[in-house]
Amino acid sequence: MNGTPKTSRAILLDGLWHDNPVFRQILGICSTLAVTNQVLNTTVMCVSLTLVTAASCLTVSLLRHWTPRNIRMMVQTLIIASYVIVVDILLKAYWPQMSKNLGPYVGLIITNCIIMGRCEAFAGSNRPLPSLLDGLACGLGYSLVLLVIAVPRELMGMGTILGYPVPYFVDIWDPWVIMVMPPGAFFTLACVIWVARGLQARKEST
Amino acid sequence: MSLSQELQTALVVCFSAVFTQNILLTLFLGMCPFTSVSREVRTALGLGGAVVFVMTCTVVLNWMAYHWLLVKLDLEFFRFVLFIVIIAAFVQFVEMVIDRYSPRLYQNLGIFLPLITVNCAILGASLFMVIRDYTLLVSLGWGFGAGVGWLLAILAMAGIRQRLDESRVPVGLRGPGITLIIAGLMALAFIGFSGVLG
Repeated sequence: MNGTPKTSRAILLDGLWHDNPVFRQILGICSTLAVTNQVLNTTVMCVSLTLVTAASCLTVSLLRHWTPRNIRMMVQTLIIASYVIVVDILLKAYWPQMSKNLGPYVGLIITNCIIMGRCEAFAGSNRPLPSLLDGLACGLGYSLVLLVIAVPRELMGMGTILGYPVPYFVDIWDPWVIMVMPPGAFFTLACVIWVARGLQARKEST
Repeated sequence: MSLSQELQTALVVCFSAVFTQNILLTLFLGMCPFTSVSREVRTALGLGGAVVFVMTCTVVLNWMAYHWLLVKLDLEFFRFVLFIVIIAAFVQFVEMVIDRYSPRLYQNLGIFLPLITVNCAILGASLFMVIRDYTLLVSLGWGFGAGVGWLLAILAMAGIRQRLDESRVPVGLRGPGITLIIAGLMALAFIGFSGVLG
């Protein structure tokens, strides 16, 4: 692809699995834990985060020749912050209830190290299109983990998915309230990391 | 609200920020340094101290900037950018002052200060301050309490992890995995405090 060393396929795969920001680097888990007690909240958060990551990566890449090296962190932060403001205003205008549920965690997308990391590691030195793809892949990889955590938490904590009770399951399941409370988030994420690392370790040893 | 009433609220908010609403264990802010820097008690103490100081000051500064500037100008949506800039500028300023007047402190604390700019706990504390509509005095209590709560959590974790080196942990859980499980247990313990304020 235009002389870029990585193919689009490789970029996508890396973002989704090999270099998945949560499994591999344990970055940006603040919001992973805070919003995953309900699948709906999580989905909205994922969409916002993926959009912001992709858009910021694209912008950083477009501006990479005009950004002085020593202030690039500040420039990147400001680019990310502008997109977060757009998302925040959109949410407030069209879905005020969701905006209230997510609270400050939408704003905290700014300090999510994943976005900054991608801008710094990839978008700063690559062409716009691969950068957009890379941002998208990382955002999606992150969303995947968030959903993997959110589904069992809501299911076991309240017996529902997206707010709808799961048929049959509700009748036999006694909700574990702890799963929707903070400790549940820690335990679920720990289990997910355990499984993912176990799989990756087994693959590397064979 | 009279002054004594406000003072009382500030104390209650401060206390609850340390124990019942711990910024790390119930609000999940500042997790990245929590998992990576909590290996040794000494470094945890250094980073925690820096966080207490920076958080207290930036929450107050951001309160002033938000209420005296942004609200007057009807630019509330601009707060994300302004808060980030204020935090970055403040950290830079503190770094220069410490470097100039106390090289010893700078050596101990210096490496942690740049880390703090991107610590989501600092920005998060200010965002919560806006959402919960705190007054200036209450914000002071909140900023300080949240910082101390973070320090307490990372210190306890560092202490536990130092002992953990001796034990046998399953391969997949080593490092972050086991840290998260310990954090979960700590969060459970901190839930026990929630009855205190009734």
